[in-house]
Amino acid sequence: MSINEKEPWFSAKNLKLLTAPLNKDNPITVQVLGICSALAVTVKLKPAIVMALSVTIVTAVSNAVIAAMRQYIPDRIRIIVQLVVIATMVILVDQFLKAFVFDVSKQLSVFVGLIITNCILMGRLEAFAMANKPWPSFIDGLGNGAGYGFILVVVAFIRELLGSGTIYGYPVMQKIGVYDSGYINNGMIILPPMALILVGLIIWFQRSRNRELIEK
Amino acid sequence: MKHFSNRYIFIFSIVMVVAVATLLSLAATLLQPAQQKNLEIEKKKNMLESIGVKATRENTKELYDKYIKESFVINNKGEPVAGVDAFKVVLKNELKKPVNEQYLPVFRATPDNGEKVIILPVEGKGLWGPIYGYVSLKSDLNTIYGVNFDHQGETPGLGAEINTSEFEGMFPGKKFFDDGNFVSIQVIKGGAKPGDIHGVDAVSGGTITSKGLQKMLYDCIKKYNDYLLKNRT
Repeated sequence: MSINEKEPWFSAKNLKLLTAPLNKDNPITVQVLGICSALAVTVKLKPAIVMALSVTIVTAVSNAVIAAMRQYIPDRIRIIVQLVVIATMVILVDQFLKAFVFDVSKQLSVFVGLIITNCILMGRLEAFAMANKPWPSFIDGLGNGAGYGFILVVVAFIRELLGSGTIYGYPVMQKIGVYDSGYINNGMIILPPMALILVGLIIWFQRSRNRELIEK
Repeated sequence: MKHFSNRYIFIFSIVMVVAVATLLSLAATLLQPAQQKNLEIEKKKNMLESIGVKATRENTKELYDKYIKESFVINNKGEPVAGVDAFKVVLKNELKKPVNEQYLPVFRATPDNGEKVIILPVEGKGLWGPIYGYVSLKSDLNTIYGVNFDHQGETPGLGAEINTSEFEGMFPGKKFFDDGNFVSIQVIKGGAKPGDIHGVDAVSGGTITSKGLQKMLYDCIKKYNDYLLKNRT
């Protein structure tokens, strides 16, 4: 990174931080981070979207905070410091939501624990924020959150449609009338292992399109 | 990477821990009144939903005063207990006491159709944490008028489905008693048979939460057994 010359806020390098996680640097399909929560919250679209948004915000902000502190964090206890920063922030935000925007907090309540333990957060703090300035780190957080959210939404879309016959709660299958011809929802899609299989299919598809991702 | 001395590391961790602890306890203390108020509104809102009244956060208090007129506390023999505010009874604490010392709150409500219903609170365990809710009974004190369930940490899309209107919508019309015997409500994996007055469909992928809900209804409503039998019409 250049030392003295001022970099524009949305330079090509910074934009790349935003777009790379959507495809060739995707946190789920390439970095294989955040798989556990991807299995848990993708049964329906709505929780998947809530989770995607929360993780994006938390990753971006904690990336920026750690990047700002990076010169002062002793190397030997850096993981603990990262964890404390993430946990403090998530709990603080949750407390504020509980007091002022209770409905949002009810939506999020289940996710608070899942956000803190999401490997993407620690992964990005370790790999990026510890070595970069706050602004690029912030963008890196946004990009990785978006890449994570994108996969979550795709998986949730397929699982909700095939498993419950709805899209965002709207009964699509019932409206087309496929139940009358003997169609039934696939109960297996609802179970967590199917999310893993779907993620596997997405990885397969992505690698077949993008040869450079295939390990030698 | 710079080299830091042990001294620096110790000071850094102490400062960090003290700062974070102060920040969090400060936030928790200062925000508590606002959070308490929200919880109270939430409780009233859930109660109203169990009698089919949809309330928003703004009009909850008003609607609560309009529909839910009377509340009292009884013990497990159905005798009234004087001097306890039913709304302030915390069910979680009651469940820890011996059963004959527990305060059992009863709320009387009259929805728009003039039906005299009672609302009983229930609390139990799901897969990851507590589940709770309100069950309202018609004046025969047997038939369910409506229910409202909620949870603290069930998995979205699986166990968390217990607080959707699809799940709660199966309860109205089901009965707790059969010929004066308490049989409660069963959740049935694979779906209850049509016409089963004691059964509802379990949540697919949420078996443990469904079983917890079944146990919660049995345990909590059973304590009202004497009261319900004595006062039915």
